[in-house]
Amino acid sequence: MRLVIVGASLAGLRAAQAARRAGHDGELVVIGAEPHLPYTRPPLSKELLQGRQELEDSALPVDELDVRWRLSTEATGLDRTRRRVRLRDGAEESYDRLIIATGCRARRFDGPGGGLPGVHTLRTLEDAVALRAALAATHRLLVVGAGFIGCEVAASARSLGLAVTMVDIASHPLAPFGPALGERWAQMHRDHGVELRLGVGLEGLYGDASGARVAGARLSDGSSVDADTVLIALGSTLNNEWLTGAGLELDPAVACDRTLTSTHDPDILAAGDIASVPAALAGGARVRVEHWTTAAEHGQLAGRNALADHAERESHTAPPYFWTDQYDAKIQALGCPALAEETPLLELAPDGTRLVAACVREGRAIGVVAVNAARRLAWYRRALQTPQPLGELAAALAQDGSSLGNPGGARR
Amino acid sequence: MIKVNIDLNLCQSHGECVAIAPDLFQLDENDFIVWQEEVDDGRRADLEAAVNTCPMTAISIEG
Repeated sequence: MRLVIVGASLAGLRAAQAARRAGHDGELVVIGAEPHLPYTRPPLSKELLQGRQELEDSALPVDELDVRWRLSTEATGLDRTRRRVRLRDGAEESYDRLIIATGCRARRFDGPGGGLPGVHTLRTLEDAVALRAALAATHRLLVVGAGFIGCEVAASARSLGLAVTMVDIASHPLAPFGPALGERWAQMHRDHGVELRLGVGLEGLYGDASGARVAGARLSDGSSVDADTVLIALGSTLNNEWLTGAGLELDPAVACDRTLTSTHDPDILAAGDIASVPAALAGGARVRVEHWTTAAEHGQLAGRNALADHAERESHTAPPYFWTDQYDAKIQALGCPALAEETPLLELAPDGTRLVAACVREGRAIGVVAVNAARRLAWYRRALQTPQPLGELAAALAQDGSSLGNPGGARR
Repeated sequence: MIKVNIDLNLCQSHGECVAIAPDLFQLDENDFIVWQEEVDDGRRADLEAAVNTCPMTAISIEG
């Protein structure tokens, strides 16, 4: 049996390791567009930018994994009839089973000035190295987009002493966590000296007098912001173009069942950012989770499942988990916060620095967000596996008696 | 027996290992990790899952 994995980042690596561990002794090929062996991305916006880690610290241990790596090799097409993956260099790889783990790339700003020197995105090791070098010579950084990457880079840049302006079209940072918590994140960034410009979009970037590099941005409210470096942090785009016309169900990620098997082809599985998989906390709807832990979990499961017949495959059941570190706050989330309509506090420590909020949709908790409360989050992992009436979750919490503290008299 | 090491310079208390094997890994009152250092061979699959799901690659196993 010949197993081919397209994508040499976390999900692809974990899939290869799991397949070998589960006894796969046939050929194993991992195809990666980047020139590197697998590395871990979370430090790129934090420890690496802040100078607390070096490049080599990002490498993921590959051990003596028996894999034929095809790096710097982009997949450009999939022929399911002939069971071949087409590659940029004209070659092909044939497979018996295929795992798709091509993930995402950073979305770029294609408006005016988007291509000026000094305009960065952050996704890859090269991006991080370029941004780190740029920050060393930067006085004013403009961050466009107050999502995870934008907020983390803003925090890292403040720790380096740079002046930072962060712009977002939304009314608050970290939009997936909702407006109620958003006020808290906004205040956290302001308290650390970030100039926040919320509810305004980016119209265009302009260059300096010679046009040789970026000098600032024009915003949708008619104002402008001077900056010598700009980070575009507007989310990501799926690396799914190579699957066009292959006859898989794309939504636009690879639609899968709970076993990570593509809905149209049992010999093809998907893992990580590019897999769209039913989630219990989303009421069984397919969700795409663009975060580290899901990539690691999917990879391990896809690697094992690829060896088994479809009927024998295990399901992915762990709720989505993701986190962000900004200043002294570790923000952890479980479930599907982005689908929530409101985020009432469940727990609040007396000093206000630690909390847990519920993510509620149609009266049911479908996730939680915790700030500096790792142990509490572990409790919710057990307590919240499927959508649960908020009252029941609150009652279970009261009975458990382990809460950080009551959020206050205003709410009963 | 399998020996379990956690690099406390790397651990950031994500709690993935706690979710995978709550009897082997716990977070204490201060959110610091505590764990069983010698584990029966029968738990290898759980330990490998913990190693491979730790976001900080802080966990290693021997034996």
